[in-house]
Formats: sequence, structure tokens, C-alpha cells
Amino acid sequence: MTAATVTGSPTAADAAASAPGRRRRRLRPARAFLHAFLIATCVVWIAPVLYALYTSLRPYADTAKDGYVSVGGHYNLGNYTNAWNEADLPLYFKNSAIITIPALLITLWLASMVAFVVARHSFKFNLLMLMIFTAGNLLPQQAIITPLYKLYITIPLPSWLSDSGHLDDSFFGLILIHVAFQTGFCVFVLSNFMRTVPNEITEAARVDGASEWRQYRQVVLPLCRPALAALATLEFTWIYNDFFWATVLMQTGSNRPITAALNNLTGQFFTDNNLIAAASMIVAIPTLVVFFALQKQFVSGLTLGANKG
Amino acid sequence: MAVTTLSQPAARPRRRRLKRYTKRDRAALTLMGGVPLLLSLAFVWLPALATVALSFFNWTGIGGFSDMKPAGVNNYRIIFSIYPEFPPAIEHNLLWLVVFFVIPAPFGLFLAHQLNKQLRGSRVYQSILFLPVVLSLALVGFMTELVFSPTQGLVNNLTGHAGQHNLIDWLGDPSLNIWAVLIMACWRQTGYVMILFLAGLKSVDPSLQEAASLDGANEWQSFRHVVWPALRPINIVVVVVTVIESLRAFDIVYIINQGTNGLELLSTLITANIIGETSRIGFGSALATILLAISLAFVLPYVYTTFRKDTRS
Repeated sequence: MTAATVTGSPTAADAAASAPGRRRRRLRPARAFLHAFLIATCVVWIAPVLYALYTSLRPYADTAKDGYVSVGGHYNLGNYTNAWNEADLPLYFKNSAIITIPALLITLWLASMVAFVVARHSFKFNLLMLMIFTAGNLLPQQAIITPLYKLYITIPLPSWLSDSGHLDDSFFGLILIHVAFQTGFCVFVLSNFMRTVPNEITEAARVDGASEWRQYRQVVLPLCRPALAALATLEFTWIYNDFFWATVLMQTGSNRPITAALNNLTGQFFTDNNLIAAASMIVAIPTLVVFFALQKQFVSGLTLGANKG
Repeated sequence: MAVTTLSQPAARPRRRRLKRYTKRDRAALTLMGGVPLLLSLAFVWLPALATVALSFFNWTGIGGFSDMKPAGVNNYRIIFSIYPEFPPAIEHNLLWLVVFFVIPAPFGLFLAHQLNKQLRGSRVYQSILFLPVVLSLALVGFMTELVFSPTQGLVNNLTGHAGQHNLIDWLGDPSLNIWAVLIMACWRQTGYVMILFLAGLKSVDPSLQEAASLDGANEWQSFRHVVWPALRPINIVVVVVTVIESLRAFDIVYIINQGTNGLELLSTLITANIIGETSRIGFGSALATILLAISLAFVLPYVYTTFRKDTRS
């Protein structure tokens, strides 16, 4: 209260009237305080991750003896090799790849086509299309899962696509729901992006006799590369991180992608937090690659969607 | 047809636009827009409508459609009167929403505003605060177990509550566990909101803030009167993200105890009614309809205003 009055209106008036040197001197402690605050916040923010990393490097016997918040004992990768081998992590990584990569590519492909139709043309139904796609992506998955689940166990699939003979419990089914659900967000982002491509460019192609497909494929799509890269990063992370669809729509444990499979393993690892920590770190690796190498793309994907509020 | 329209003088672009498509072009455009639209309608919107329809039936879901029995509003009556998990679930969803509005949203804005200043190390701070956003919510669930596990967790070991005599059972105590979960949910959500606001702040002209401070405005005044009004579009996005994320909340509590014993949420009740031992399609759909109605109440106005503004500009 007193601080507020001190730094309130009198100082502001002072500062405006007097030399700029005084202002700078006044600001310096504020900056220092801000840095201290931000450093403290960051320490708190990174603590869970560092704790998981630290725990994962210690054998269970040591932490059981000395406690979890302690220094000393052995540090090794034993938990990592155990988790990797006992929990079949390579198998689950393979499942994640089988689901994530096709889902990502098909989503971007379909979304870019829809975006081309709605952003580069002025059909009457464009607005409705955009609303359908965008709103669909914003629904909670759980709001549509009950009939979707029924639908999945009803629709037959040839046996080479699905062991169960249905959409349910198949890689194809999971890829399909990711595509149907994620296309919405990508349509929203890509149509905003495509609208920024000058009309003259496609107009010129049209005059040269390019079909709509060629205008899409050879003119507009190459110009969307930055947006596609951003969306690919974002969608990779989201699809890889999916837990709900895989938990409900994939019953066969050994076919689950790694994010959902980890849940089966907790029973196996019961009360061994060190092993769970190691498994968590391994599962996080692909997303950590995104964090360290592709952060710019990830953030621009998020904000491309948000900036057009 | 294309040849004739193309060779016309460009005097009337409006008319030309309506006529310019060849049959092949029209077919291509129809497929390009139509196939994804059908996918979205079949696997998102049809289930959404079916959710509402099924909520008025009783259906175990084991047999075919012949097992469906009309139930009127009976499923809803049960939910609102005698279904013991419903009040806590609604309470927790609401609590989630309130907490997300009270903590990550303003804190994310505060951090974004500070980090948007010419600050040394701003990138590093941003990266660290943003780290949880790339992690899956399922993984955040595991982190919650690591941090709040009663005997092996960080919190109890740091505060000396890991012993048998003074153990705090963060994950097992039904009055405490929702808070442990919410702390970790906020841990992730804050970075998300911060990134959104940072993007919004980039669009605020810095010279406006300078002008305000030259005019004698203090930091709060220049934020309140210069920055905040410019953030309106991003505020709407943050509101929608906050609402949707709190309605979607599922993964963390499901990892911890499948959403029981103090961690009930609408989403976990719905899931339990289809993949539990007794599948009750009608009843689960009634719960899902409630969730759907709440989310559409936010989503439709948002989408509608966003795109209406779009066409006018």
C-alpha cells in the first residue's frame, strides 16, 4: 500500500519532469528484482523435470536407503536399460510411428486442400465449412466418444487392416480419428495463411491455363511451406502425445502407442518411481527434440492459430 | 467453357468469377473440399449429434439396435438425482475452470508482459516456462505421481512429510488429490497461455507504450490503457483455450486413479460408462450431452464471431 503510493503518481510526475538519468537509476533495482523473480519462477518450473531426471539416474536401492531428496550413492543408466528392455519400449515407439506419421501427413494434405478451396475462392458455403472444421476441433473428445466407439466396433475392415475386423482396435482407426479431428485446426491455420498469398499469383497461373489442382499443388502449396512446417511440428507433438483416443479405441495393449502404453506399465513398475521416471524421460524424448530443435516452429504453429482471433 | 470465359475481357471480374470453372476444376474442388468435410461430418459431427439422440435411450450396447429402449429423459433424471459421482464431477470440472482462470491465465499474462520487455535472457526464461507445454498431459500425470507420491515424492521429501507418522497422502486423500493434480495442470497451462499472450503482445506497437510513459503513465497505467485494449483478440482465444482445456481435462486424473476417489470429472465418467465392465451407452451419452452443451455454449459464439468478422474485413 505504501509502496504503491511512493512509486505511484508523484514519482511518475517527477520522472517526467526531471533528468532521464534519474529514471534509469530508479529502474535498475526494479530490473534486478524482476530477474530474481523470473529466475525463482524458472527454478520452480524446471524442478519437476530435473527431479525426474535425477531420480531416473539413481538405482532404487540407493533412494530406498538414503531417501529421494539426497545426494550420493550410484548414478547410472540402469533404470533406462531396464525400462527399455522390460517394458518393450521399442515396440511402442514403433506403434507411435505407425500412427503418428501417416496421421500427420494425411491431416496436412487434407487440410491444405480444404484451405485452398475456402481461402482462394469465394463460394457461399466457405464460411460454413470453416465453422464446421474449426468448431469440430474444439469439441472435447469425450463428448463424442460414446457413439464414436459404437461406430468403430460396427464398421467392418478387411483383416489386413485390422486384427479385430473392425475400425476399433486397429491402427487404421486411430489414424482416421486423428485425421478427422486434427484437420479442423489445420484448416483454420492454413486458410488464414493462404489468404495472405497475393491473388495475382494464382491469377497469373490461371491465365496460363493452370487447372485448379495445379494452382493448388504447384503455386499455393509451395508458398505455404513455413505454415506447413509449423503445423507439422505442432501436430506431430499433439498426435504423439494423444492419450485418450488410444486408450479407448485401442484395446490390444501391445498395439498402443507409447504415450498410452506407459499407463499399462505402471502396474508392472509398481512403487518403483525410479523406473517410472526413466520410462517417462524416454517417452518424452521425441517431444524434447521438438522443444530443443523445433521450438520456433511449434510456437509459431500455436500463434498462427491464435493471432487470428 | 473455360476458354470462352478466359478470353473475355477482364472488365467484369465478378461475373467471370462465377463462371470460370471447367468441369474438371469443379470436380477437383468438390473432391478437395468434400472428402475432408465428409470425414469431419462422419467422425466428429455425426457422433456429436448421435450423442444427443442416444441420451434418450437405454442401450447396453452389446446387442444391435433392437436392444435400444426409449428412455425419455430418464437418464438425465438419474444423473441429476441419484448418480453419486455426478455432483463431484461437475464440482471438479468447475473448480478446474475457476483455477485455470484465476492462476494460469493472469500469471501467463504477467509473465508474457514481463518477458516482452527488452530483458536480458528473456529467451531462456521463455523456453523454461514453455517446456511443460510440449510434454503430453499423460506424462504430466506421471510427473504428478513423481512429485506428489507420498513416500517417494519430491514435495513430501522436501517438507519432511514422507515418514509414516506425518505422511501427507497427496494422491490418495480425496480432499487433497484434486489440488495436487491442479497444481501440475497449472504448471503446463501457464506456459501455454504465456506463449499465446506473447504472440498477442508482439502486435502492440511499442512506441505507444513509450508515449504513455513519456506522458507520465506508470507501468500499471500504461498496461491498463495501452496494452490491455490491444490484447482483446488474444484474450478471446485465451478464454476459449482455458474453457476447452478444463472441459477436456482427462489424462492426468486417468493416469493417477482413472478419475475416482476425489478425482471425478465429466470426461472420466463418460469413459467409465463405455469401457467399464457395464457399458451403458444411453447413460454415458446423457453425460456426454451435458459436456457437449457446455462446450458448444462457448465454442459456437466464438467460431461464429471469429468468422463473421473475417468476411466483413
